[in-house]
Amino acid sequence: MRRRRQAVPLDRDATGRYLPLLVAIMVYLAALALAGAMVASKLADRWDSGLSGALTVQLPAAGPATTAGAGGDPVAEQVVALLRDTPGVTAVERLDTRDIAALLEPWLGDAGLTAELPLPGLIAVTVDADQPPDLNALRRAVLAVAPGSLVDDHQRWLGHLLDLTWAIEAMAIVVVALVVLAAAIMVAFVTRMGLAAHEQAIEVLHLIGAQDSYVARQFQSHALSLGLRGGLIGLLCALPTLYLGRHLLQRIDSGLLPEMQLLPMEWSLLVLLPVASALVAMMTARITVLRTLARMP
Amino acid sequence: MVRFEDVALRYGTGPEILKHISLQFDPGSYHFLVGASGAGKSSLLRMMYLAQHPSAGRVTLFGRDVTELSRPETALLRRRIGVVFQDFRLLDHLTARENVALPLQISGQAHGRSDKDVEELLTWVGLADHMDALPPTLSGGQQQRVAIARAVIGRPNLLLADEPTGNLDDRMAVRLLYLFEELNKIGTTVVIATHNESLVDRFPHPVTRLSGGAIAPSGEPAKTSAAGPAAVKSAAAVAGRENP
Repeated sequence: MRRRRQAVPLDRDATGRYLPLLVAIMVYLAALALAGAMVASKLADRWDSGLSGALTVQLPAAGPATTAGAGGDPVAEQVVALLRDTPGVTAVERLDTRDIAALLEPWLGDAGLTAELPLPGLIAVTVDADQPPDLNALRRAVLAVAPGSLVDDHQRWLGHLLDLTWAIEAMAIVVVALVVLAAAIMVAFVTRMGLAAHEQAIEVLHLIGAQDSYVARQFQSHALSLGLRGGLIGLLCALPTLYLGRHLLQRIDSGLLPEMQLLPMEWSLLVLLPVASALVAMMTARITVLRTLARMP
Repeated sequence: MVRFEDVALRYGTGPEILKHISLQFDPGSYHFLVGASGAGKSSLLRMMYLAQHPSAGRVTLFGRDVTELSRPETALLRRRIGVVFQDFRLLDHLTARENVALPLQISGQAHGRSDKDVEELLTWVGLADHMDALPPTLSGGQQQRVAIARAVIGRPNLLLADEPTGNLDDRMAVRLLYLFEELNKIGTTVVIATHNESLVDRFPHPVTRLSGGAIAPSGEPAKTSAAGPAAVKSAAAVAGRENP
């Protein structure tokens, strides 16, 4: 069967030639912003879930680490016993000197300086997230046993970090929204140019009985095709960038940053970007044509 | 079918192109509209195919006042009107076959049937060998025949033709006017604007003369129509207006 050509020859327009390229750039930016938002969201979830059920008790340093062994501090033993007896505490682990030195190693290096420094005693406490202990009462009890100690529920800095990640997510969403808006403006502009360029053909179509929706279909199917093409190019360009970003994050090797591993659901969101760009282009073209023609006599 | 009541037309703030036009074309009638270049024939047709609204008076098509039609209604009404434009208005990027099929495609008719109808019609107008040719590669006469085929493919209720024989030799011109007669016999109202009076003389249909944008009072009385009582009645109406 013979394939029918479009009644309005939009595929010959110079105005539409660069649209896929511009859509590709938009989708590229949207993919990076969306991936950034998803990583920030995972980061927030990880920090939130990782630290919301945990406390750290910090005991004042008694002297250089070599003299403050894990086993020989009666105050620390008392605090550990107190914590174990506290309702709502599910696990208590006293970190020994080696563990503390390992935590400090990224900042102080492995030259053995930690052995000569007075290191605080650290006790990691896991609490029941559903029935946590009364934090103020616990602080008072620990201070009574070990004056100068600190019970840290991490909420202060965790709150700041979560605020930061939420801000990153919000900015990414704003970027995606702006990208969609810019793409729609661009498609509307190209559609108006097309309407002007093919005014005579459109007049003929009207005179032989075409409804405005018939003319709109010509433009919207063309915009759908260009939007999809541009979207796929943009996504294909974004994938190596995301891979590079993941590689660079992995090189940092920090416990604070999660591995930039997207779930299948998150990948499918990225894959939907070309489809979304095509739909935005199609709807914009349709609305532009119908509104423009409705204003004509 | 077509009724003009004291219609005037001007473009923008320019002078009146048409004035005091009153006429009526009944369903199934066949009319010639004659007059010199610039007499207003094309402008009169433009109002009939809804490309232009009157600046004064009232134009009624198929019983509807044209100024009261919505855009979708206008489109539906235009599907009942076949138009042969003086400048053909073919879409240059479409083949002859695609141009002719366009009205059927627009009105959503099935591809299979329309393809067969299109081929039959193009063969009838002598373009069997040019079905897949693009308009710019065709001669003026061939383009005109494509335009005529496009106008009649949908079997319109009203066929309007603006100088449809202008680029055709006499033999093809007469042949096409007989095609219009065939359509007229199955109920299509035909209105042909032409300056070729020798051609008009060969057909016994009512003639409306335009001169200086008005129906000429000294116009030739309408001839007896061979298209039936409706046409005769319509011709009488025209003659009555031309000879008050």
